[in-house]
Amino acid sequence: MSEALKNKNRQYKHGFVTEIEQETFPKGLNESIIRQISARKNEPPFLLDFRLKAYNWWKAQPHPNWAALDIPPIDFDEISYFSAPKSVLDGPKSLDEVDPELLRTFDRLGVPLHERERLAGVAVDAVFDSVSVGTTHSEMLEEHGIIFCSFSEAAQKHPELIQKYLGRVVPPTDNFYAALNSAVFSDGSFVYVPKGVKCPIDLSTYFRINASNTGQFERTLIIAEEGASVSYVEGCTAPMRDNNQLHAAIVELLALDDASIKYSTVQNWYGGDEEGRGGIYNFVIKRGRCEGQRSHISWTQVEAGSAITWKYPSVILKGNDSVGEFYSVALTNNRMQADTGTKMVHIGKNTRSTIVSKGISCEESRNSYRGLVRISPGAENARNFSQCDSMLVGDTSSANTFPYLEVHNPTAIIEHEATTSRISDDQLFYLQSRGLDAEGAVSLLVNGFCKEVFKTLPLEFSVEAVKLLEMKLEHSVG
Amino acid sequence: MSILKIEGLCARVVDGPDILKGIDLAVEEGQIHAVMGPNGSGKSTLARVLAGHPDYEVTRGKVLYHHDGEWLDLTEMEPHERATAGVFMAFQYPVEIPGVSNLHFLQTAFNAQCRAQGIPELDAFEFRELVAEKQKLIEMDASYLDREVNLDFSGGEKKRNEILQMAILNPRLALLDETDSGLDVDSLRIVAEGVQKLQTPRNAMLLITHYQRMLRYITPDVVHVLADGRILRTGDHTLAEEVENRGYEWVRQP
Repeated sequence: MSEALKNKNRQYKHGFVTEIEQETFPKGLNESIIRQISARKNEPPFLLDFRLKAYNWWKAQPHPNWAALDIPPIDFDEISYFSAPKSVLDGPKSLDEVDPELLRTFDRLGVPLHERERLAGVAVDAVFDSVSVGTTHSEMLEEHGIIFCSFSEAAQKHPELIQKYLGRVVPPTDNFYAALNSAVFSDGSFVYVPKGVKCPIDLSTYFRINASNTGQFERTLIIAEEGASVSYVEGCTAPMRDNNQLHAAIVELLALDDASIKYSTVQNWYGGDEEGRGGIYNFVIKRGRCEGQRSHISWTQVEAGSAITWKYPSVILKGNDSVGEFYSVALTNNRMQADTGTKMVHIGKNTRSTIVSKGISCEESRNSYRGLVRISPGAENARNFSQCDSMLVGDTSSANTFPYLEVHNPTAIIEHEATTSRISDDQLFYLQSRGLDAEGAVSLLVNGFCKEVFKTLPLEFSVEAVKLLEMKLEHSVG
Repeated sequence: MSILKIEGLCARVVDGPDILKGIDLAVEEGQIHAVMGPNGSGKSTLARVLAGHPDYEVTRGKVLYHHDGEWLDLTEMEPHERATAGVFMAFQYPVEIPGVSNLHFLQTAFNAQCRAQGIPELDAFEFRELVAEKQKLIEMDASYLDREVNLDFSGGEKKRNEILQMAILNPRLALLDETDSGLDVDSLRIVAEGVQKLQTPRNAMLLITHYQRMLRYITPDVVHVLADGRILRTGDHTLAEEVENRGYEWVRQP
């Protein structure tokens, strides 16, 4: 480990590596690797077909380069596409059979899985590299008819649901990374909430990257049937390494009539060191579809890690009177880059969307908001409100805002507000003259700046998010 | 016993000409000093230099502050270190902190000082009780606490909020920078009475003021008249009245 990485250890407490025997596929991407992934997961044949079609389309595509990001060329043949601890190779078993080292890892990450220690109000699916280690509270959820399990398990136990819904929101040929993920996706979570059921607890997935030189290709699918509702939270961390690693995910949400899905992310992948060495490439496609009337999809994200973040959690507002929301805090420090925002596509009548984005850039990082609001011709009386605020800490960071508006219906009402601010010396002095040190002062100012977003998070995650930002800011000030 | 000894203090806006040109001033425990002076005399600069505002630099002299049995030179301390050692400045123009509730701000500041002084912090319930008691001093209702710090506050509300902070942080040395400016008659009375109630035999106050409006409510032990960065006259409270009657030009006369 380099000296810089050792120093970094203080501020990234999740940077440890779990020493465990893993099976890792040889590097490289080809049909045979895809067949092996599918075989390893005992998938039904339709899934192998799905993967191969995506792969064949992907092969012919150039790498996209439209974002305000410097992405070093990625050699997709230098990545391994599957890695799993040997003890869980055949998919999740009961937690008693899981290697204690894995359980200790999740304990250390603050996500205890054991019955007696697990979080009371939250069901957890723990994903380690390419596989799920286990899922808590699933029996209780089953009593409500809710399915909450790893994607791999769902592919075996509920193939009819997977076949019906997979790729419906994000088709495999949607874009380069959609196709890559569709070809090689490893694990993620599957949630199905049946008609009229309100999920009684928060569901969450914790993603952990451990193996080196391995990509993680999360695939998550959440379906809320008519009148159903669910709140889902994801968290993620990875060891500190000098080389970059790819996390290319797809999350699809589908809400039918009167259904509601709230999806929250606290992203803390390793972001690289002061010199920009190492860190995760977090290239994620998240899209929700408000299929039904009066359906509601809300994204909240706190993006505080990753060397490069490239994601636009979006909502397609197809059902009449449906509602889409996007609340985002993106904090970049060191040499991190983020190009993130949302797309709100209004199709149904009386559809409403809200966008609140807060970008904080420190040190030499770059932070861009990019968002599209599209009002389709049939979207009568659509409304959108967007607020995009950027805060610069120090004088070497940069912030951009790229709002795109496509309005094809004259009845639309659209409001857009944007600000860029710097923490003023007067504010800092005021707080310092009351006894706060420089770090405490900046952290109070930043938390105030992000308040509108934090208050949309489930309480305990909101506390986590505040702590996370404080930790990140600790070394960016003074 | 002395609490503050300013010796030959010269200070300027970073890289500018000196604004303070040799200030000598000593404050005893239990005293209230008024520093008066015309616009541009350097009186607000004095308050800001004492509190450690980063726009100013000290070019000469010392600011000795008696704390825990020893003399500290404030000019060598960070603003937050001065604060946790018991120095407080009520701002002439209180700063807005968007998104942060007044209550959260007060509690964060209070607990930061507790930590620095090695005394136990207060939890949310205990702190609310403390605030409720202090609020009465300046006739603020509880709705203040949920509002964002100084955002959309009227001039009077902002000044009252400064005094509330002072009441809660309980400083040994309070610098009140033009606290009486921009106040209507009622607010002036409330603020001045609040300040008066906060006076104890153990603390001291420096009232920086242009007019003697506040001095109708608070009788200072010592009055200094500042002009062109120097203290031209020092006297008892009658000096303030004399300035009021005869104007600042009188002070400049030899």
